Amino acid sequence: MPMTSSGRFASVLPILTVVAAIVAIWYSAAIGMNGKWARDQAARAEITLSTSELIADTWSQERPVLPVPHQVLGELWKTTGEMVLKGRAFSKRSLIFHGWITLSATLLGFVFGTGAGILLAVGIVHNKAMDMSVMPWAIASQTIPILAIAPMIIVVLNSIGIQGLVPKAIISAYLSFFPVVVGMVKGLRSPDAMQLDLLKTYSASGSETFWKLRLPSSMPYLFTALKIGMAASLVGAIVGELPTGAIRGLGARMLTGSYYGQTIQIWSALLAAAILAASLVGIISMIERRMLKRMGAKT
Amino acid sequence: MIWILFAFAFWGFTWWLNGWIANSSHAATRGARLAVPIIFGITVLVVWEALVRGLNVPPVILPPPSAIAAKVATSLDVLWIDFVQTFMKGALTGYLMGCGAAFVIAVLIDRSPFLQRGLLPVGNFIAALPIIGTAPILVMWFGFDWHSKAAVVVVMVFFPMLVNTVQGLAATDSMQRDLMKTYSANYWQTLLSLRLPAAMPAIFNGLKVATTLALIGAIVAEFFGSPIKGMGFRISTEVGRLGLDMVWAEITIAAIAGSAFYGIVALIEKGVTFWHPSQRG
Repeated sequence: MPMTSSGRFASVLPILTVVAAIVAIWYSAAIGMNGKWARDQAARAEITLSTSELIADTWSQERPVLPVPHQVLGELWKTTGEMVLKGRAFSKRSLIFHGWITLSATLLGFVFGTGAGILLAVGIVHNKAMDMSVMPWAIASQTIPILAIAPMIIVVLNSIGIQGLVPKAIISAYLSFFPVVVGMVKGLRSPDAMQLDLLKTYSASGSETFWKLRLPSSMPYLFTALKIGMAASLVGAIVGELPTGAIRGLGARMLTGSYYGQTIQIWSALLAAAILAASLVGIISMIERRMLKRMGAKT
Repeated sequence: MIWILFAFAFWGFTWWLNGWIANSSHAATRGARLAVPIIFGITVLVVWEALVRGLNVPPVILPPPSAIAAKVATSLDVLWIDFVQTFMKGALTGYLMGCGAAFVIAVLIDRSPFLQRGLLPVGNFIAALPIIGTAPILVMWFGFDWHSKAAVVVVMVFFPMLVNTVQGLAATDSMQRDLMKTYSANYWQTLLSLRLPAAMPAIFNGLKVATTLALIGAIVAEFFGSPIKGMGFRISTEVGRLGLDMVWAEITIAAIAGSAFYGIVALIEKGVTFWHPSQRG
């Protein structure tokens, strides 16, 4: 990826073209997928629809098979911006409220998961026994679907009286934990023998080597892992909202939407989750760029 | 009380044992590399068993490993039905379709630098989104049976695979491509004998990432509706009935299936990319 400013602008047009193509495909797919219902309704009312009427109908149904972008955006605005203007930003029908429920669990879990992950990585790098016993399991854990444990954690903690934020945060924490361990160990090991030897000739102690060489050089790896961990945390929080009967949160909106056939509601919750994920990952990349720049890293 | 003391004693002993092996002169041997993580795994299981017994943890909160193993042994038929439904039908079909489609499209868009510059950032962006959220939509479209699970898997594996394949196809340098030109090789010859082989490490990277995503997608999609079989279905209903030993049994099977799936793809990779530096030595 070219990082010069001209290189960045050069890809704006292609990206816009691709996005426009996706939107165009979306609208035309909606005609095909919602058309059957529109024609059935028309046949029942014994009228024939002209092509333009048919298209207009497929783009404005209340419970379409595939809602079109402007319907989803309209629903998103109705449940966020409009609620804010009415001064009811945190009412139970507002997506800001549900988004905040999910976001708080994600962030709490992410902080604990990455914190524990970094600590374990430091332990692994400095203790050979720990490295040999834990590391293979940490790597293997990335090949298994740990997300499957999520419903169990929610229900078990519920049965001993812990509800709400904490169980979801635990799921988020363990989903972000393993990527951070693996990435951070790689990062702390990234200084090569030459650099380590140089510090030895300075007679640097173990902790000095850690703070002045290993930790700074692990930063690029850490940020890559943080981005993966953040995305995983959000998925964990959303899936964690499914089994408790789905009361609050973006995952709950998706589940109730699918119970009652409210497709527009599912899509708007999905879009909200996508915006949340993109902004969280975006914030981490922004911190990454600033920090690596100040550390004088090559970007 | 005796169980708790035993747990701590066993933990201390294996801790010392692993420390001794790791710092002995045999540490670099293959045997030690295998033995240390296995000892650690056994320790976790033994301490788990002893603490559950010693602290009288009720089985509806955490069943001991022995109970889980017994459950796996006695309900193999149910586990097999669920495995076929979720893994063979849902995950594997979706995996093959999604990775296949992504590969073909990657080769197609590789011919157009314009599309590449447009699709790569969009693909990267979509790959970071919580795609699992499309599960309720796809379950509505394709029904409760495995077809909807395969569809979720297709959507989940498509973009990571696409991005990796496109990057892999760009892995050759201009010197190598020039050499093909001096042989007067046409596009297909260059693709088949230079660029695809060179792309294999990146393609397999995508294939490996996709194995985990496929299993996750198939299991989580079943939380949104499923016929009365399947790993995700079993997990969510048994959790509701507090049959936690069955839940753990399903998780054990899912873990084994996940690592085996990944392992098989990694083995194929070893055979295909034997020439790559990361596979030597």
